[in-house]
Amino acid sequence: MTAKQFAQLEIETVTVSVPPTVNVRCAGVWTVQGIAPVEQRLAALASSDAGKWVIDGSAISALDTAGAWLLHRTMRAVEQRGARVRISGLRPEFNTLLQLIAARAATAEPAAPVKVGLLASIGQQAWSSLLGVSGMLAFIGESAIAFLRSLAQPHRIRWRPILHNLQTAGFEALPITGLLSFLMGVVIAYQGADQLQRFGANIFIADLVGLSMLRELSPLLTAIIVAGRSGSAYAAQIGTMKISEEIDALRTIGIGPQELLVQPKILALVIALPLLTVYADVAGVLGGMLMANSMLDISFSVFLDRLEDALSLSSFLTGIIKAPVFAVIIALVGCFQGFQVSGGADSVGRQTTVSVVQSIFLVIVADALFSVIFNWLDL
Amino acid sequence: MKKSQEPSAVIDIRALHTRYGKAVVHENVSLAVQPGEIFSLVGGSGCGKSTLLRAIIMLLQPVSGSIRVFGQEVIGLNDEKALPLRRRWGVMFERGALFSSLTVAENVAMVLHEHTQLSASLIDEVVALKIALTGLPADAGAKYPNELSGGMRKRAALARAIALDPELLFLDEPTAGLDPLSASGIDELVKSLRDVLGLTIMMVTHDLDLLWRTADRVAVLDKGHILGIGSMTELSQLDHPLVREYFYGPRGRAAREQAWKKK
Repeated sequence: MTAKQFAQLEIETVTVSVPPTVNVRCAGVWTVQGIAPVEQRLAALASSDAGKWVIDGSAISALDTAGAWLLHRTMRAVEQRGARVRISGLRPEFNTLLQLIAARAATAEPAAPVKVGLLASIGQQAWSSLLGVSGMLAFIGESAIAFLRSLAQPHRIRWRPILHNLQTAGFEALPITGLLSFLMGVVIAYQGADQLQRFGANIFIADLVGLSMLRELSPLLTAIIVAGRSGSAYAAQIGTMKISEEIDALRTIGIGPQELLVQPKILALVIALPLLTVYADVAGVLGGMLMANSMLDISFSVFLDRLEDALSLSSFLTGIIKAPVFAVIIALVGCFQGFQVSGGADSVGRQTTVSVVQSIFLVIVADALFSVIFNWLDL
Repeated sequence: MKKSQEPSAVIDIRALHTRYGKAVVHENVSLAVQPGEIFSLVGGSGCGKSTLLRAIIMLLQPVSGSIRVFGQEVIGLNDEKALPLRRRWGVMFERGALFSSLTVAENVAMVLHEHTQLSASLIDEVVALKIALTGLPADAGAKYPNELSGGMRKRAALARAIALDPELLFLDEPTAGLDPLSASGIDELVKSLRDVLGLTIMMVTHDLDLLWRTADRVAVLDKGHILGIGSMTELSQLDHPLVREYFYGPRGRAAREQAWKKK
């Protein structure tokens, strides 16, 4: 930008006259892009003492609302100090603009930001988390009622969305679940091989991989993957639908959002997650088996023989029984957080994040509870 | 009717072709918008009005043709070169497109912070002024877009569009979804913006009242072609079945009669 595209200011103080007069000659481009250089000087000027001001605007070549506002604001500030201001020489269209700004200025006050104290914000936080908990409980209740209702009327169960969810949350998760579980098996075998070799207990690698994968790791790993993949998708989908009033539209058509959006997701995940877990079991054991073969020279047939002895039906079942519980947690939290969305895109992002964090947290808490219970039951 | 080949035109479109995938949206569209004019695009839904607007503001790449804004070719312009141009125009989107994580005042201030060197306090004041100019109450500035009604959101979007005092303003359906009272408020606003700030305004609208009251010239689009360009009075005498239906249908008639009564 060249210099002539900025606003210019020439100030001349005449002290001999009574009252002392300040002559301000404005020139150049008084637009939002051009007024920055004169802003400070005008502010300083407005606070100086002088009885009379004459502003000559004849050399202003362009004036927009921002420039007019700056002029108006300076004049008003000067007037408030008891001085007289006269503006002259403005082009007629600039004069109209200045008058329009002056007329609108009465209502144009920057809104003061609302300040919240520390105590108040702690209170608000606590209250909103309490509301969140009670909302979650209410949502669980609603889902349970909706579930019982569809048990009573099985023809109302919507199979199409269930199948669709099975496809997206189950089938399409196969590659990533398989890969991660396989790697987990490799890692466990790798870590365990060294220790077992020291005791000459190489063969127990099958116990290590088999038990840890089947009982703990593959249900947990699968649940975490699904929470990240599908739980977040549920929250984002329902949240976006809520913002665009699609949820309200569903209600007015007479379709409960629970029935169409929540239940199929829960049911699909309750079916898909145990299946994914079995698949993860297989992939994990496969990973361990390959590792045992290459590091400890245990052939596949020996490994599988040992695996048969090491694993009982109960170790398989204690793993698999957790999956439906995890599924319910993930689907409920994802859907609930979706319904918590209000406002705009920002809120969708926030609730999606919350849904993933909460469902992973709750899955791990549930897993810990399962461990305690299985311990009591001596499983 | 002015000739479209004048060099001083703010927007000069020649032989424009656009396409969405295989669907042809515009075929050989040419038009010119003169400085200080309120120019409107009308036509049925899906006739390519909004697409034309998106092509002009560089949100869509046409297949061929030329679009000159302030004498500068915008087709194929890179972001760096487009910036000075983008500062000279303001766009108001159909559904406002206000940033939902910012308050109305922050939405307007963001543009000023990004493109000017003004102090924060002056920006706050200019923002309050813009909000007042669009007829919003002063307390609307502190609200988030989702706390506003549809009409207020439109006004807030307009406040953001005029934040930099643009020379050219694009309005996409400025009155759609508003009650008649708010809509006529927008009519007045559009007119006064043009009269006071000397803006050139290009809008896309279905609102016949708005057209009769504000538009200097109107282009009627249908299936990617321009059926006619002219003032509302000129167009209403045009002898094309679609144009006649548009102007002499029940809604068109009522709006026309009202416009004549006012004159």
